[in-house]
Amino acid sequence: MAYKKRLEDRGFEETRPIEAKVGVIPKADGSAYFKIGKTWAYAAVYGPRNLYPRFLQDPQKGILRCNYNMMPFSGSGERVRPGGSRRSKEISLVTEKALLPVLDLNEYPNSVVDVFIELPQTEAGSRCAGICAASMALADAGLAMKDLVSAVSVGRVDDKLVVDLDYSEESYADGTVADIPVAMMPNLGKISLLQMDGEISKEELFKALELAKKACKKIYDVQKNALKNRYGVGQNV
Amino acid sequence: MGLDKMYKNLHNHIVKLLKAGTRLDGRRLEEYRKPITVEYDIIKTAEGSARVKIGETDVMVGVKMEVGTPYPDVPDEGTIIVGAELLPLSNPEFELGPPGIQAIELARVVDRGIRESKAIDFKKLCIEKGKKVWLLLIDICPINDAGNLIEASSLAALAALKSARFPKYDEKAEKIDYKEKTSKKIELTKEPIAVNVIKIDNYLFVDPITEEEKVIDARLSVSSERDGTLCALQKGGDAPLTIDEISKMIDIAVEKGKELRGVL
Amino acid sequence: MGNVIVKNKDIAVPGEILAEGMDNLPGEGTYRDGEKIVAGRLGLVMVDGRAIKLISLSGRYIPKTHDTIIGKVEDITFSGWRIDTNSAYSAMLSMKDATSDYIARGADLTKYYDLGDYVVCEVVNVTSQKLIDVSMKGPGLKKLDGGRVIKVNPNKVPRIIGKQGSMVSMIKDATGCRIVVGQNGLVWIDGDPKGELTVVKTIQKIEEESHTTGLTDRIKEFLENETGKR
Repeated sequence: MAYKKRLEDRGFEETRPIEAKVGVIPKADGSAYFKIGKTWAYAAVYGPRNLYPRFLQDPQKGILRCNYNMMPFSGSGERVRPGGSRRSKEISLVTEKALLPVLDLNEYPNSVVDVFIELPQTEAGSRCAGICAASMALADAGLAMKDLVSAVSVGRVDDKLVVDLDYSEESYADGTVADIPVAMMPNLGKISLLQMDGEISKEELFKALELAKKACKKIYDVQKNALKNRYGVGQNV
Repeated sequence: MGLDKMYKNLHNHIVKLLKAGTRLDGRRLEEYRKPITVEYDIIKTAEGSARVKIGETDVMVGVKMEVGTPYPDVPDEGTIIVGAELLPLSNPEFELGPPGIQAIELARVVDRGIRESKAIDFKKLCIEKGKKVWLLLIDICPINDAGNLIEASSLAALAALKSARFPKYDEKAEKIDYKEKTSKKIELTKEPIAVNVIKIDNYLFVDPITEEEKVIDARLSVSSERDGTLCALQKGGDAPLTIDEISKMIDIAVEKGKELRGVL
Repeated sequence: MGNVIVKNKDIAVPGEILAEGMDNLPGEGTYRDGEKIVAGRLGLVMVDGRAIKLISLSGRYIPKTHDTIIGKVEDITFSGWRIDTNSAYSAMLSMKDATSDYIARGADLTKYYDLGDYVVCEVVNVTSQKLIDVSMKGPGLKKLDGGRVIKVNPNKVPRIIGKQGSMVSMIKDATGCRIVVGQNGLVWIDGDPKGELTVVKTIQKIEEESHTTGLTDRIKEFLENETGKR
């Protein structure tokens, strides 16, 4: 069976509608939200700031600490029990690894940059949305950054390579699926997050990564505009 | 004692301003921040939801519904369960971890306001007496805490309940289809509104911002109904209150409750 | 060959290409990637001859030697005071640097500066590990009594002070308030309630519009409207 049509007639290489805004949490040093389809992620950055407990401090550079959390009412089914899960801890870890390469924390020994990602609503692609939001929030916080980090899921649904899998595609039952979240530094062209659920051939994987590259460039433009709009100079894409 | 000293300058200055009838941001003592906004049904994955902003304080509340067994002493009643998490996202002083006493107090004050006012007829939440009832799980998530979380949260909780619709429930299969909402709503019979009245030195005021919250002497949270009936009281802060002060604070809370109810 | 893509006062975001070719030099906040000069932070473009640099628009305070800051006493040790600098790092004020008076060993240090006191001090040493020493020996360095302290974006401090103090002087004259601006983003204000509130609002306005042109005139007008004085 072939995968013929996506929901809302979306193109195979098209993302769901995206909305991004920077400076949405006044208490934070930097903040942003990133919405893709129904998936909605807020990110707040606090730091560089004092780090307790002391044994976590690194005398050579600041550390980055990420926490990804789904709000109890954000899941598509039952309530999500607060307090995190093994899944959210893993996502926190890969998020940190996705963001670290663009940061230079040598200026801030013994301190911490905390990134808190909260999702009020999720519908597939939440870790990527979190990374996109966090990346804008880090820039908003004035940290030295070589590039932004843009992220999106790509993959294969049955016989088609797709960009930005939605919930129905992640759980597609009529054929095989590969779900591949990718985070990239769009201008430097390097990948900082790569995971995969499902099955795919190496050839298809690299085709999918090319699609990810293109999609991330578009997402970078959205993030760039959101940052500039904070100062009233964006293009209001 | 140490904490008192760390904020002594702030405390003295706020008292000086209160004497002059004003506050750090230029408001009068009985004035709320502006704007106060309520957005309904903002979270599509929740059965009910709302977002309330009072000035820069920004809170989201979601209602999820589950089917569970009733308490043995009230076999024909469903119930509400209110949770609050002081998300570190919303305030640099909040830490990661299980809800501390501040979060617990917040959840319980909001719970009591709804429960004790009997705003919801719990008997209407009964599906099968003794066996199955609807549980309304209300979760409070601050996005930005610029002070007065209790009020923003209780307003948002009420708005979320107002907007909530039951999901489709297959009684035979005992399964909830969260993807399909029915048109059945919760039917609130009352609208209890919580108001915090703050005392610093000899002055009473409402809608505290973060700096004011750091130096309060006492606080009285009062939930009241439309006709002025009180349905929840909570005193906070270290300093005691005289009966006269309590009476004044209750009057202020009931009056302000009426104003806030209008915003809903 | 060189090609500058952005212009002065543009906002640049991390990763954005600012110039191409080897003619230009990567200034502060930028870096070179092959033939390109790339933005290394979110910032305001400033073309300075051949150098292109980015002025920070945001970011927490990082203590620097010679900065004059407003600190808060957060702890008292046997040899001095620990000062909250509104950054990730606290500073030490030792007995010998605290005042021009002689402090005897074993003296009650709270008599000089107590917990919660705000002090104007100078950063005299910052180690690579960001251990910081401050001193209060020097003109203008003192304890601040009364008044209120607000936090501002430390990157906006130059704008709030203005060229040779012109902006802050304008605000002082218009409101009759005493004002001390710390490089670390703390501002102390002392006056009557209405004057203080005008200072707070004016500073907020400067923060929000610091990256635009014509700010000085707009602030002048704002002050005139707020205080009713021409």
